[in-house]
Amino acid sequence: MAGLSAEDWAAFALTMRLAVTVTVLLLLLGTPLAWWLARGRTAWRRPVSALVTLPLVLPPTVLGFYLLLLLGPQGAGGRLTTALGLGTLPFTFAGLVVASMLYSLPFVVQPLQNAFEAIGQRPFDVAANLGAGPLDRFFSVALPLAWPGFLTAAVLGFAHTVGEFGVVLMIGGNIPGQTRVLSMRIYDHVEASEYLQAHALSLYLLAFSFAALLAMHLLRPRRLMAHD
Amino acid sequence: MTEVASGLQVQLHYQRGDFALNVDISVPPRGITALFGPSGAGKTTCLRAIAGLDPDIEGRIVFAGDVWQDSSTRRLVPAHRRRIGYVFQEASLFPHLSVSGNLDYGRRRAGRNLPVDREAWLERFGVNHLLARKVDRLSGGERQRVAIVRALLSDPVLLLLDEPLSALDASARSELLGYLEQLHAELAVPTIYVSHAIDEVARLADHLVVMDAGSVLSQGSLQATLARGELPLAMSDQLGVAIEGQVVAQDPVDHLIELAFEGGRLWLPQRAERVGDRLRCRISARDVALSTGAPAAGSSALNVLEAVVVGMMDAAHPSQCIVRLDVHGTVLLASITRRSLRTLALAPGSRVWAQVKATALGT
Repeated sequence: MAGLSAEDWAAFALTMRLAVTVTVLLLLLGTPLAWWLARGRTAWRRPVSALVTLPLVLPPTVLGFYLLLLLGPQGAGGRLTTALGLGTLPFTFAGLVVASMLYSLPFVVQPLQNAFEAIGQRPFDVAANLGAGPLDRFFSVALPLAWPGFLTAAVLGFAHTVGEFGVVLMIGGNIPGQTRVLSMRIYDHVEASEYLQAHALSLYLLAFSFAALLAMHLLRPRRLMAHD
Repeated sequence: MTEVASGLQVQLHYQRGDFALNVDISVPPRGITALFGPSGAGKTTCLRAIAGLDPDIEGRIVFAGDVWQDSSTRRLVPAHRRRIGYVFQEASLFPHLSVSGNLDYGRRRAGRNLPVDREAWLERFGVNHLLARKVDRLSGGERQRVAIVRALLSDPVLLLLDEPLSALDASARSELLGYLEQLHAELAVPTIYVSHAIDEVARLADHLVVMDAGSVLSQGSLQATLARGELPLAMSDQLGVAIEGQVVAQDPVDHLIELAFEGGRLWLPQRAERVGDRLRCRISARDVALSTGAPAAGSSALNVLEAVVVGMMDAAHPSQCIVRLDVHGTVLLASITRRSLRTLALAPGSRVWAQVKATALGT
């Protein structure tokens, strides 16, 4: 592809690695969380739900700032990771993963939660009477019926992680090959008045985001109609 | 407390908002027990509790000696261990599975060597040709049939049918009623059938539990319970009795059959019945007229039964009253005006002639 330097490519590869890692981890952790939020029966659901959606309204820099303090050498999280022999997370790829996961959490949990809620109680009642235990019901009823939600969650989580800037700036810094992701790279180009390069990267990102969302919209409605 | 070793005993106490449920229901180990009552009576709430779908409802549920729920000891057998076949009002087929995927969902989970003959049930309910279909390509009646067979294939110990006909149009309804009647004849599993339509109940049920506003008004065998005449006030237009008998004669010219029952004989319009058939028929209280004199020539009434007045009850409308009659051991209910009651000077012990219009039940 024209217009991209080796450093641009490194930023691109790192971004993809970050987004894939974050999406996979978020789907694994977000599914039980969304399930609990959708179907749990405790009073804790609402405060937890508010906490999960907090990154939607919080400026990313605020989230990044607190994470920096928490995960830094003086923070509780930082002392824990140091004690575990992991060192401190800020300004590392792992730190970026943790921060991005928090930042993209609502984008994964919300579609999943909505999808689980949309199933309603009836299919689970039916499955129970047909002899399916709780875990069985989750895998044989909830997962197949909620799969459009999983698609949305994956696309949104991935795209949102690709596009983040503020959190990366605060907790990742701008270390080539470690934390220098696409959005940082574009910022660098603009700072250095390299508008052509900034243009190239921005266009790729724009096209990618559009393609991802388009794919999501193309895949969704057909399935929903089949539900009838 | 000693348990009845078979059948289902259900005691439930439940209060939510202004709806209170307090019932003590006994379901015999064989046959169809109808839960009958107007909407809001608590029928579905009972069914969900029996199925274990509503653990918030307090009470005690014992099936064939197994304690499924006992709130006093906090015992609760989860729904998936109760082996209940539950058919909902609107067929709840899994949209992500084909018809055969739906049918085998419960069957696969029942494990063991099932004594259930899959092919036979598919055949009997006419769902064989639907197996490869998607569930959204089925008609309402087909969906309900698939739902019923799906429940049967899971080898249930108890079958719960929650108004399975109410979402269907008239022709699909009468078709499925035929299937259910056939099921009734062939199935050994006790069944609870929820309905607010007396014709379904009178046709299918062996036992009747009449519910209103969260409590049981009356329960027992179908005939005896109907004859007691204790229906919710809102349903008193459905008062009547069910009579069972045998076809002893037919008149092909007039298309009539003669039914012999304990208290006498009745002529009914003939459908597919033949001499020798067992037949159940329903006599609505509105279709019984009374006179104190022997029927004179010139009456159009085909069936006139000699009866003795046993008692009177209030009807829903103040102008009406319900007269309970004894026809040689068979109870009959008649709905007449209070004015006629006064004019005829009817009292317990009065001798009357009941003119009866009977309709056979079934196809």
